[in-house]
Parts: sequence; structure tokens; C-alpha cells
Amino acid sequence: MTDEPLLSVRDLSIAFRQGGRETLAVDRISFDIAKGETLALVGESGSGKSVTALSILKLLPYPAAHHPTGAIVFKGQDFVPLSEREMRRVRGDDITIVFQEPMTSLNPLHTIEKQIGEILLLHRGLSGAAARARTIEVLTQVGIPDPQSRLKAYPHQLSGGQRQRVMIAMALANEPDLLIADEPTTALDVTVQAQIIALLKDIKKRLGMSLLFITHDLGVVRKIADRVCVMKDGKIVEHGTVERIFAAPEHPYTRALMAAEPRPDPAAPHPDAPVVLEVDDLKIWFPIQRGLMRKVVGHIKACDGVSVSLRQGETLGVVGESGSGKTTMGRAILRLISSEGPIVFMGKNIDGLSFKEMRPFRRDMQIVFQDPYGSLSPRLSVADIIKEGLKVHHPDLSNSERDQRVVQALTDVGLDPATRFRFPHEFSGGQRQRIAIARAVVLEPTFIVLDEPTSALDMVIQAQMVDLLRDLQKRHNLTYLFISHDLRVVAAMASWLLVMRHGKVEEAGEAAELFRNPKSDYTRALFAAAFNLDTAPEGVVGQ
Amino acid sequence: MDAKSPGGKRIQLAGDGTISTPEFKPDLEPAGPLGLAALPLGFELSPINARRWQNFKANRRGYWSLWLFLVLFFLSLGAEFLANDKPLFIHFDGKNYFPVFRTYPDTEFGDDMGTAADYRDPHLQDFLNEHHAIEVWAPIRFSYNTINDRPPSAFPSKPTWMLNAADCEFAVKNGYSKCDTLEYNWLGTDDQGRDVLARLIYGFRVSVLFGLILTIVSSVIGVAAGAIQGYFGGWTDLLFQRFIEIWTSVPELYLLLIISSVLVPGFFVLLGILLLFSWVRLVGLVRAEFLRGRNFEYIQAARALGVSNAVIIFRHLLPNAMVATMTFLPFVMSSSVMTLTALDFLGFGLPPGSPSLGELLSQGKANVQAPWLGLTGFCTVALMLSLLIFIGEAVRDAFDPRKTYT
Repeated sequence: MTDEPLLSVRDLSIAFRQGGRETLAVDRISFDIAKGETLALVGESGSGKSVTALSILKLLPYPAAHHPTGAIVFKGQDFVPLSEREMRRVRGDDITIVFQEPMTSLNPLHTIEKQIGEILLLHRGLSGAAARARTIEVLTQVGIPDPQSRLKAYPHQLSGGQRQRVMIAMALANEPDLLIADEPTTALDVTVQAQIIALLKDIKKRLGMSLLFITHDLGVVRKIADRVCVMKDGKIVEHGTVERIFAAPEHPYTRALMAAEPRPDPAAPHPDAPVVLEVDDLKIWFPIQRGLMRKVVGHIKACDGVSVSLRQGETLGVVGESGSGKTTMGRAILRLISSEGPIVFMGKNIDGLSFKEMRPFRRDMQIVFQDPYGSLSPRLSVADIIKEGLKVHHPDLSNSERDQRVVQALTDVGLDPATRFRFPHEFSGGQRQRIAIARAVVLEPTFIVLDEPTSALDMVIQAQMVDLLRDLQKRHNLTYLFISHDLRVVAAMASWLLVMRHGKVEEAGEAAELFRNPKSDYTRALFAAAFNLDTAPEGVVGQ
Repeated sequence: MDAKSPGGKRIQLAGDGTISTPEFKPDLEPAGPLGLAALPLGFELSPINARRWQNFKANRRGYWSLWLFLVLFFLSLGAEFLANDKPLFIHFDGKNYFPVFRTYPDTEFGDDMGTAADYRDPHLQDFLNEHHAIEVWAPIRFSYNTINDRPPSAFPSKPTWMLNAADCEFAVKNGYSKCDTLEYNWLGTDDQGRDVLARLIYGFRVSVLFGLILTIVSSVIGVAAGAIQGYFGGWTDLLFQRFIEIWTSVPELYLLLIISSVLVPGFFVLLGILLLFSWVRLVGLVRAEFLRGRNFEYIQAARALGVSNAVIIFRHLLPNAMVATMTFLPFVMSSSVMTLTALDFLGFGLPPGSPSLGELLSQGKANVQAPWLGLTGFCTVALMLSLLIFIGEAVRDAFDPRKTYT
């Protein structure tokens, strides 16, 4: 490492102006990145880490965003006073960036070759055969199999992991000095996440570039970073080497972050409790229709022959990668989408009932969704949101009785009942998820489908949410179907485990036993990736 | 109004991901001030709407256009009090009369015909003056169909203030009214001797009301049709869409010509005919919003609660679709006004004699020697449409969650 750091951010503040008011998003932060070094910026959502990353390339919505103080010095040049035109020479050449969402960062209308070729043409003037050769070279570098044949592929023809690889290839095309990776693995499955992290590590070492890695996941940080900056509320509260931070965190927030692992205390199986849910050979096939007469030529088997049996007070954890059919299964059990095969709920077969006939059952079966931002109607107050189910199922209740139930439910989930007249956007993600849970429990259901209820939340909040759910389960003797791709959370909750892959059950059994002793290769690879971020040998998992 | 928590806004601006993908579910993440903001109008708005109102006000041009338009509209609603050939009030012989509201027989005022009193009749005026009656007139003593029977020249006659000595001489020589006895025609008369300003005020009212009614009714139908298609999807959607495709391919103008030859095209007949076709405009928009919205998780949550379809549509989905609809409304309205004007111009619009801007324009075309006709019509239509477009632009910007004012 040389004395002069490659990038030096000094006293940088970022403020946003809106409607005549100023908000400070980032408050006088400083950090350096040396050549060949990986710096991780860690923090919860809203801590200002992504804004910091974008500000380095000046990608913020200027002039609404501006920098009251500070300098961004890259190779001796300050970016803050540079014009948009001068910045454009830096972007994509000296410094490149990989975003979180591979689904939306590629233009769906252009082929891979064209998108990578565009950067080569802009900064290096390469075109034709030369550009093509370079494109194949970088695609090989990021581990896309058979890159020649992939050149003409469109983004939708690639999997999420491959798209992220293409994004990285685009970022590498001009051999940048600094690669900014803004949560590059958050949207990916655990097995793919492990692959991408291994890839980034490998490429960084081979090309000798520096890496600024933004994440909220400490496990990832430990795996990839040399040094860490912990951000909270727009400030860097602690920084140091990975070894030091993980061995002896100083700041209370860092310590809270480290301790944010959900405490494992799964509900034990209740072999003599009444059976709440019995699903036998559940099939959800979406027909593929072709031609003028809409002839059915095949089926997409979202869920193929899944059997579930669940007793009161138990939790069934359903894990699997995205696209494995776990969410579809949860919704089919609640009869929100149609399926084949008997679904016996509390002794009654609810399969084939109409929407109207289902209504009396809905009081006992509820669902909590993944996205606390999307699952609450933005135009209703919290009280109205929670009341909605009561109006359907207890139309005889008076207004004050209803209000009482709402207050009770909010107290149950640990929210101040006085806030019930506010609107969802005034709450944080964790609070919103509590509201969503309150909406489910206000009806006093027996069975709740939890569809990734913790995935959109920060680590610290996740642990609180797991505690809350377990507490509610014990108090009300609830039965959960817990769908998640986050194995750590599932391990903390589930009495039974169901591993799904491509719509089929890969492995099922008692959770404690299965975690200790996975039988299939796929389950083993999944666990390794989730708990240790280890990549699996080729062929076991997809790219 | 200024109770704002910086916290909420910071999340919007600095929150992870919201910057890099600002278009992601914009409606769910309002950046507005926390707490309710009260309007000067005296009712409270939800924070989202309060922010929109702030954004709307920030667009000065649109904001002033709205006020100007509202003032003009409300003035024209009281057209009878601005331009009328009857007095607003008469105190005569110890009794109060309100000719603007009631028709009195002329026997009340010393005549013996028994017909409705013509207050512009000089004899009647003389009679009232002799008896020291108190009269209150509207500022303009012409209604839209009052013929000025004492003009300074042949119709169309010039605006009175434009008359010069030569015109006055001409009037005297040819047996028209002398300049010093004239009633004021601020914008002249049209080719049938009716006061242009009076016709303008009434015509503006008809145009705006027509546009407003057409917009509202066609929006209600369009939103309902779009909602049903989008929410239920499948065959409902497919059949409805094909029907709309066929329906929109019917040539509107020719149909209008045929129908107006059978039916007398009054205000409501015309409204009905135009309504047959104009409701289609919003369908696609609302349908798309519903197709998008029905997969939102809070819609799924409502379904999981057992909430009925009607409640989901009205309570949860419609407010979402209304954003797109509201953005569109001023433009729908201006095009409705334009349609009526165009039909009147071509002579297929309102029945002859009705006050209408289109008819004024066509008179302007037929009487190029009388530029006050064409210019008045042009300026009014241009002003009205510009105001509507400016308002529309401001509304569109106000509903745009990505728009930031610096």
C-alpha cells in the first residue's frame, strides 16, 4: 500500500433541500480507501450509507442534494466542485458501481453485448471485434459459462445471479481503480450470494483494485472486508480493521449490531395438540398456453406434491431459494390462489370453497407479508387498517368495542395505542411490520402464515420481530407457517422444517434434527451458504 | 402547518434504495411533512395531499391560473347579474319587484298589453321614470339574445368606444342612432345585433359547464369501466377491451351528423352523444392502475381478511387510480371544451341562438370586416384553454412524487 490513499473522503456532508427545508443525510464523515483495499460501510437502512456511495460518483439528484462541507479526493483530485461533464469521464472508467437490484439495473431491451460494449465505446473508443473480444474476456472473468453464446442474450434470459455477474462485468470492463458495490448481494439467494462474494474477492485480488462494499449484513463484511466503517444516522460511529471490530467492538451501536442475531428458541413440536392444518399432495400448476386456440402445452409447476401436517402451537419453517414455490404454497393454503389437492383446516376441507364460503374461515387464518411498506394501505389510518377485518368478521361490534380490540392488538405487538390515528408512512419498517401483525392477531386467529416477515427489516429489528412472534405464539397458542429464505431466523423459530426446491419438497423433518443432520446435498449447500457464506461445489446449486 | 418532523423526510431522501430507485412505489413513501396540514379552506388534508397541495402552490403559474379560472367561472355562473336585459330590482309604487327572478306582466307597469314586460322598451322606461321608480340594473343591459335596436351602424356594429367622428357622421346620415344616445356595446355587436360581451359571458358559462359535466360523467363511467376490467381481469377484461376497440373505431363526427339530423341537438342531447365516446379515454389508464394495484400486498392482505370485492375496489384500489385520473382531468376538460367549440363552429353544436364561443368564432370567420368578433372569440378560447392547460400541468407536477422544488 502506498502512503497516498486512492480515495479520501474528508468531512463530507450531504444535505437535501426540499420544499424550502434542509435535511442532513450524512454528517461530516471521513474515510480513506487505499489501493487494493476493501472497505465496508455497514449500517441499517436510513443510516446514509447508500447516499454516501452515490455521492462519490456524484449520482445524487443535484442541486436538490448538495454538500455543505467536505471533499471527495480521488487520486489527488477533488470531485465536489467538478461539473457533470467532468464527472462523466470518471464514471464507468476510474470508478464503477454495482447496484443492489440486478433485475432493474440492466436495460431489458438491450443484449448483454450491447450493454457492455457501450461502456467500452464511451471510455476507450473500442468497437467491433475489439470490443467483442474484451466483452468475452470480462464475462469469462466473472464466471459466466460459455460467454460467446451469452453475448446475444437479453437480461430476462439470465438468472438473478448471472445478471449480477453481468453487472460486475460491466463494472470491470474498463479496469477501474475503485469498484463501489452497493448491497450487491442483498437481492440474491444465499447460495448465489456466497458465489458473488467469492467472485468479488477473487477479482479484486487478481486485478488489484479497491473495493467499497456497502452492506447491512455483518456476515458478509467479515467474509470480504479489510476495514469497516459503521454508520448510524449519517455519522460514522466506529471504524477499524475487521479483526478489531469483530473482536472488540467499542461503540454501543456496533455491539448491538453484533448481538442482533435472533435468539434461537423454537416452539417444540406438540405431538398431542389438535391438527390445525393438513395438506396432502398440494399441486399448483400454472398452464402454459400457446397458439390461437390457447392450447395447454405444458405447466409451470410452482408447487408439486407438497404435503404438510401441522398441530396447534407449532411452527413450520419453509425455506428455499426464490422461485422454489414457498410463497405460492403459503398463499394457496390460505386459498388466495387456486390449487389442487385437499387442504384440511381445523378438520374441514376448505379446498374448492368459493370466496364467499371461505369468509368464515378467514377469521382463523391470517397472513403477514414480507414488505411492511407495501402491505399497509397508505391511505388508511392504522386504526382503520386494523379494524378492517373486525368489520368483516364481527359486524355486530359497536365502534367503541372495535376500538378497544384495536388498542388491545396494538398493545399486544408492542406499539403505543395512541398512535393508531396516524398513517403508515409515519412509522418505521419495524413498526409497520408490527402493525401488519396487529392486523392479523386482532381477529384472534389460530393459524398465521408468515411470508418472510423479517426479510425487509434491519438486523436489530429482525431479532426483535422474532421475539415478538414467539411471544405472541406462546400467549395465544398460535400456529405458524413461517416462510423465509433466511435460515438463521427460521432456525430461531421453527419446530418443523420443509426445504423446498423447484416446487418440490427437497427434505422435511423436525427442525433441530434437520439443521444438525441435513441429508441431501442441496440442503447441505444451502446451510453452508447461509451460515458460513461458503460456496457449494459445482452442480449442486444453480448460478 | 409547520409541524414537521425531519425524521420522516430524511427516510425518504436518505433511505437506502430510495435514491437509487426513486420510482419504486412512489405513492407508498410520501416525503411530505408529518402531521396534518390545514388548508386555508378550513378542512384538513392527509399528509400526502398536503404535500401535493404545497407542490401545486409552488407552481406559481398553475396556482394563479386556478384562481383566475375559478374567479372567471364563478363570475360567469352569475351571468344573469352581470349582463341582463331586465333590471335586477325595481321599487315602484310601494312594491318591490325582482325581474331577474320573476317575469312580471307589463300591466304592472302601466301598460295594457298583458305580455311580459320589456324593460328596455323606452315607453316603459319613461313610465317608470315618471313615477320615480328605483331601478337597479346589471352592469351590461343586454342578455345574450337581446338585440340592440338602436345601433350606430348596420350589424355587426363596432364596439362603442371605437367609434370615431366619421362613424358618427355616417350614423346620422344613414338614419342610425346618434353617437351621444348610444348604449354601450363594449365589444360591439354580432351580425344579428346582439351584444358580444353578454354573449361571451353566457357562452363561457355554457362551455365550462358543458366541459365540466362531460368530464365528470365520462370520468365516472370511464373509471368504473376501467376498475372492473382491471380488477377482474381475464375474460371480463378481454371482452371489454375488444368492445372498446370496436367502439373507438366508430367515426364520431359522422355519427354526430346523423344523430343531429334526427334529434334536435340541445345541450343534453349533445352531452349524451359526446359522452358515448368520451368515456373511453380514461379506461386504459384506470385499468392499468388496477392491474398494477390488485397485486399489491395490502390488497392481498385485505383479501386474506375476507373483505369483499366491492370494498376492496372502493376503499383500497380506487384512491390509487384516482391519482392518475386527477392528473388527467384538466386535460380531459380542456379537450371537452374544445370539442363543443369545434362543433359549434361547424354548426353542429348547440341550437341556433344559444350563446356559444364556437358560434362567435364562426361569425368572426364570416365577418372579416368586423375583427372584434374573431379576436374576442379567439382571445377567450385561447385564455380558457391556456388556463386549463396550466392548471393541468401544475396538477400533474403536484402528483409527481419525484418532482422536487428547489
